[in-house]
Amino acid sequence: MMDSIKLHYDVPGDDFTRAGAASGDVKRNLKTLGISPSVIRNVSIAMYEGEINMVIHAGGGVIDVEITENEIIMTLADKGPGIENIELAMREGYSTAPDNIRSLGFGAGMGLPNIKKYTDEFSIDTKVGEGTTLNLKVYIQ
Amino acid sequence: MKVKELAEKLGLTVLTEGDLEKECTGCYSGDLLSWVMSRAKENDIWLTVMGNVNAVAVAVLTDCACIILTENSVLDKDAAIRAVRQGVTILQSEKNAYELSVLISELI
Ligand SMILES: Nc1ncnc2c1ncn2[C@@H]1O[C@H](COP(=O)(O)OP(=O)(O)OP(=O)(O)O)[C@@H](O)[C@H]1O
Ligand SMILES: [Mg+2]
Repeated sequence: MMDSIKLHYDVPGDDFTRAGAASGDVKRNLKTLGISPSVIRNVSIAMYEGEINMVIHAGGGVIDVEITENEIIMTLADKGPGIENIELAMREGYSTAPDNIRSLGFGAGMGLPNIKKYTDEFSIDTKVGEGTTLNLKVYIQ
Repeated sequence: MKVKELAEKLGLTVLTEGDLEKECTGCYSGDLLSWVMSRAKENDIWLTVMGNVNAVAVAVLTDCACIILTENSVLDKDAAIRAVRQGVTILQSEKNAYELSVLISELI
């Protein structure tokens, strides 16, 4: 059996020039491992959306990725403001992104719905004033 | 059709050169990145006004064939550097997304 591969990323807050670096790196790693393009796409989309959310809404955070034989496990943790109403935040089109962020192309309110859509397992732990952790899994068929 | 041919036929300005041999098989138009991220397909030509680093990241993750900046929208310096490093082709046109879509539909 293959040993699992573990990757760790620090996502700096408010640095849009670096946002996407972690998901880009994971994508390259998965390609090297010969993982199927559709799995790579799902992982990349979910991770990029999560990474951007950390930068925009939570002042950065950390991402841990574990690649096992059967699945890719992603944990995205931040110490931001937390999400008060998860149901609302999960709704397509709901966004609290300010205007300066919207002018960069964000704020469609599609990030969390995309993450749910492109992962096989999805859960959010969040506490107002403490932070948010996304637990994501994508199965490798 | 290859990106190179597309650029020639539509008279596009090449701002950054990635893989010009990449095949274009479809087209997607949009500026909201999360939207584009989940809808644009591999080898699509992506029409947008977003010439920033985040657009480059989306192009990388979706494996689109190239970005065409419509209506002469500008490409940030940071974005240009990132695009060159990551091999993303960015083209530019004075035409709007509708005009380009019509022309592209006749080509691909
Ligand atoms: N890590 C987080 N910490 C705090 N709030 C968050 C976090 N992630 C999301 N949110 C809240 O949930 C809302 C919806 O998030 P979602 O990613 O769906 O949309 P968005 O980031 O506003 O826009 P888009 O992702 O389409 O660019 C955000 O506007 C924000 O209020
Ligand atoms: Mg988001």
